[in-house]
Amino acid sequence: MPVLQMRKINHFFGGLQAVRHFNLNIEEGELRGLIGPNGAGKTTIFNLVSGFYRPTEGDILFQGKPIAGLRPHQVTARGLARTFQNIRMWNSMTVLENLCISQHFDMGYGLLDTILANRRFVENEKRIRKTAMELLEILDLRDYANEYPKNLPYGLQRRVEIGRALTIKPKLLLLDEPAAGMNPSDIDKLIELIRWIRDQFKLTLWLIEHQMKVVMSVCEAISVLDFGEIIAEGRPDEIRNNPRVIKAYLGDEGITHA
Amino acid sequence: MQRHLALMLYIAICGLIVFLVKAEWINAYIQIVIMFIGINIMLSSSLNLVNGYMGEFSCGHAGFMAVGAYVTSILNMWFFTKGNLFGDALFSPSLSVILFPVTLLIGGACAALIGLLVAIPSFKTRGDYLAIITLAVNYIIKSAIENIQTIGGARGFMGMRKVVNAMSDTVPLPWLMIWILVFTGLTVVVLHRFVSSTFGKGVVAVRDDEIAAEIMSVNTQRMKLIAFMLSSGLAGIAGGLFAHVLGYINPGSFTIMKSTEIMVMVYLGGMGSLSGSVMSAILFTVLMEFLRPLQLFKWVLIPLLLIILMMFRPEGIMGHRELPDMFPKLRRLFPSREV
Repeated sequence: MPVLQMRKINHFFGGLQAVRHFNLNIEEGELRGLIGPNGAGKTTIFNLVSGFYRPTEGDILFQGKPIAGLRPHQVTARGLARTFQNIRMWNSMTVLENLCISQHFDMGYGLLDTILANRRFVENEKRIRKTAMELLEILDLRDYANEYPKNLPYGLQRRVEIGRALTIKPKLLLLDEPAAGMNPSDIDKLIELIRWIRDQFKLTLWLIEHQMKVVMSVCEAISVLDFGEIIAEGRPDEIRNNPRVIKAYLGDEGITHA
Repeated sequence: MQRHLALMLYIAICGLIVFLVKAEWINAYIQIVIMFIGINIMLSSSLNLVNGYMGEFSCGHAGFMAVGAYVTSILNMWFFTKGNLFGDALFSPSLSVILFPVTLLIGGACAALIGLLVAIPSFKTRGDYLAIITLAVNYIIKSAIENIQTIGGARGFMGMRKVVNAMSDTVPLPWLMIWILVFTGLTVVVLHRFVSSTFGKGVVAVRDDEIAAEIMSVNTQRMKLIAFMLSSGLAGIAGGLFAHVLGYINPGSFTIMKSTEIMVMVYLGGMGSLSGSVMSAILFTVLMEFLRPLQLFKWVLIPLLLIILMMFRPEGIMGHRELPDMFPKLRRLFPSREV
């Protein structure tokens, strides 16, 4: 059974059709890419999946269950995490606190326990903190646990954001342009990180990316989106030579290599 | 043992105050100032949860205070005094010692309920809307009370002194002072525990980046409702105590002026800082008393103070920091950050 199924999705913003007859299956363990020119509707699709928009038409199934219409935090609680194009950390709190708060879906205590500071509160706080620390340890971020995210270099911030998404224990992780604004050496580290995460956590990844180096070297399959429609799907080498893709990116009189 | 050092210090101070009052070593005026300090601490720190930690802008805190004040007062009059509103006393006046805090909690619960009614529609949107809605709610509550003649309408509601006297007649202790000290301590403890728990930090996550909070599994709607109810509920309890200190309340005590006064305390002390709110409530109350000879001119001086503060330190005295952050030695007193 595919991890994520999107069936006949149409989405309108007023009179504008942002997504057109969008169909997609992502199998378990896959590392899928989504590319397309600016304004093609890539982020809209991520926003549909993560629950920010409810699709005008069509179904979204995550692990066989419909998720269209759920609030984003409910979608996330089912094991579908995502990161953002522009890094969105909670900058008034430390890296460790960031990784604790993202476990809100599985707190194990409520307001009353907090006020009473009873055993359930103490034990769950310990567990949450331990999970966060373990993840920081694995990701080699332990030294930055008490730093504020905004004070970290960009590449590390991205690493922390991915770490925060991993606290959800996701089955499917959506990465929205993880390499945006990175220098070449950061990008190499990122490619390594993405591959490593997939193997280590046994999860399915779906990423939007503009850096062809990342897409071509990381993804096993790529979907190409233009004007809200899928225009090509296939392995990286197939996509690279697909005339429709080249046309979408470079226009009619395009040069032969993208 | 060290974990409870701050608590024991507070209990010791409270014990000292109660002893001094009982022994009549401090006069009635100082007593009232101390009581107002307690109430103002409750008001400013509870408002700070919404305006500081959550980053919303609520400016109708006095409205929730009014709900608590009226509910608590009416309950007490009904329970323990004769010949008011409801005829005979429901319970023997001697029971007031036990039931008084219960009525305070009921008043707080009613205020929290009103807070919920306000919060449900207003948190669908963000930012300025809450300011406008809370402002309107403040007026609605005030006008509603003015128009209910059975509870005195615009003339006000009085007689709470009898309840206070009934308590001291039963057990000769300064009960009102004791309850104010107890509830002030509880308010600060509850708020401190809330904002330093991972659960409560969800509110701060909403302030920092609501979209990220929602996507990272924080139920933002629920967190906002909880924080707003907690804040208005504590304001309701403070209102109940306020009514009993004065012994007389009228809708005019809960106008936008009172709300502004609470906001001044919050912004003076610093957004998102509990110790800032506590300190500024003390400072503000004492300052108001010292400036009393200036009469109306203190309302020129205090806003001026706020303007100067905003120019040179826009985040308030403490702005998003707590005392232990500034004086690491105090960490021994408040070690609860590490669970």
